[in-house]
Amino acid sequence: MADVQALRPSGPFSHLAVARAPVHRSKWRLGLQGSEFTWAIAFIIPYAALFLAFVAYPVLYGLWLGRDPALYFELMSEPIYQRTVVNTIIYLAIGVNLKMFGALLLSGFFMRRGWWVKGLLLIYVLPWAVPALPSFISIHWMLNGQWGLINNVIWQLFGVDGPGWLETSRALALGSVIWSHIWKWMPFWTVILLAGRMAIPQELYEAADVDGATGLKRFTYVSFPLLANLYLVCTLLSTLFTLGDFNSVFFVSGGGPALSTHVLATLGIRDAFEVARPDLGVAVVMSALPLMIPLVILLMRKLHTTEVTL
Amino acid sequence: MTLALTAGAVRPRRNYRRRRIWGEVGALSFAVLLLIWTLTPIYNIIAVALEPHGDVFTNDIFPKNPSLESFWIVITQGYWYLEYFWRQFENSIYIGVATVFFTLAIGSLASFAIGRMRIRYGWLVSNAALLTYVIPASFLAIPFYRIMGFYGLSNNLWSVIAAEVTFATPYAIFIFQQYAVSIPIELDEAARIDGASPAQVYFRIYLPLMAPALVAVGTYALLLAWNEYLYQFLLLSSKKSMTVPVALAQFLNSDEAPWNYMMATAIVYALPPVAIYYAFRGRMTAGLTMGGVKG
Repeated sequence: MADVQALRPSGPFSHLAVARAPVHRSKWRLGLQGSEFTWAIAFIIPYAALFLAFVAYPVLYGLWLGRDPALYFELMSEPIYQRTVVNTIIYLAIGVNLKMFGALLLSGFFMRRGWWVKGLLLIYVLPWAVPALPSFISIHWMLNGQWGLINNVIWQLFGVDGPGWLETSRALALGSVIWSHIWKWMPFWTVILLAGRMAIPQELYEAADVDGATGLKRFTYVSFPLLANLYLVCTLLSTLFTLGDFNSVFFVSGGGPALSTHVLATLGIRDAFEVARPDLGVAVVMSALPLMIPLVILLMRKLHTTEVTL
Repeated sequence: MTLALTAGAVRPRRNYRRRRIWGEVGALSFAVLLLIWTLTPIYNIIAVALEPHGDVFTNDIFPKNPSLESFWIVITQGYWYLEYFWRQFENSIYIGVATVFFTLAIGSLASFAIGRMRIRYGWLVSNAALLTYVIPASFLAIPFYRIMGFYGLSNNLWSVIAAEVTFATPYAIFIFQQYAVSIPIELDEAARIDGASPAQVYFRIYLPLMAPALVAVGTYALLLAWNEYLYQFLLLSSKKSMTVPVALAQFLNSDEAPWNYMMATAIVYALPPVAIYYAFRGRMTAGLTMGGVKG
């Protein structure tokens, strides 16, 4: 029985193992015995300890901190929190989709042949290679209403004063934050989708060519169906990462003007450390769970059932 | 007759060529727009860093009197906000190197036990890792900060290393498991029959063959530790234990932020990861496309 147990595929990547494993049996596949079992336990202990000490414990402690329902009623009645929820939804809906769709189109562009396209790709991935903080601080200064580069350019070109991008209106500030997020992360997803496109066999395009599919049809009938799954997994992952994105909001708009552009990730930190209400901060973060849990379940399923050779 | 024939054959070719030229022109103009989009914030960092102290608050697009003064100030720690710059740089390197080491060690050991030795309930461990991978790190920051206090690690570099390793290891396990599938398990079996212990198989066979994946994940872990701000900000409070990004963000709090010094600091700080990124770009992209992805 134990042998069967050991042979049975397990884990999210088991489909790969099953596809590969030959039928004949040998030592390790029959389960671990004696000292081998001890070795295996010893190998897994560092990660198990790390997980328990720095993931499980904080998660449980966080749940305990945010256990009081009164906290959530307090949040609901707070105008700042309500605005933050709306901001988070706008940030996710516009930021993620624009970024992913742009990445999809750009990955098509970078499939072009020619030396200058390769050179352009090297420059285009720069925002991803440069650490987040320097770029976001630079964008923060660049958008300064009085001395920033953007308004200087507007002044030189048109002779009018540009708006105070981050200081005056919520819409402009939130737009600037979303723009910075797209600027920083679109190259990364472009590279991923580009790799996905490169994996599509050339023969498919040749066959489509023979059948008379060109231009847009090539995309809708060949590329997109083959990329759809990858695109979906990437969008889900990107939604989760964007939900937890602290740096773009914190350094570009800082939640301003007048606390109007906070998202859940930054408001949680603000409540916990600036307002010194850690329980409230945890509650802010926990209120993202209704959105997060379905996403995580969907993503875990996708990663289980489909071969994610991105 | 022959004339008409050749004329008919030439025209479509000319049309085709014309269309190709227009396509190329369109692509090139799109490329120019893309360059402007990409390089504007980066140009801004460099332009401001090159401005002398008095010129930051002007309306110039190009620095009028470019100078390397601010870089000199950063390197010699000649401004009170920068008095521990090199110490902070060292801290960043220390955290980065330790994160790489522990991520690779813990990740490869766990993936060996799960993927090669097929430990029972190994799926539980890889699912736990996958779950950690998709949960945003910033959501755990508040309880994590408290818990580091319980562990007696507040204002200690090791608390940051623990945080970075925690969030880098799931990705490592994910990639290692996928990569290990391409290494024939028969190699392990042959070594086992020859009497090698699991530790020997791990050191002599598994690790050497995993080298490309180790490089990819190592680069990833280093860049993660170098990029991360929130945990370093929360967990490190004294000037001497701070890392460069935390110090950089502190500049923002001063009334008259010295933008040229900040940008020069930012450039010095950004150079190592950019160099490493371009050096290992191929490997890293292979790693990212092999398995899951993480910004």
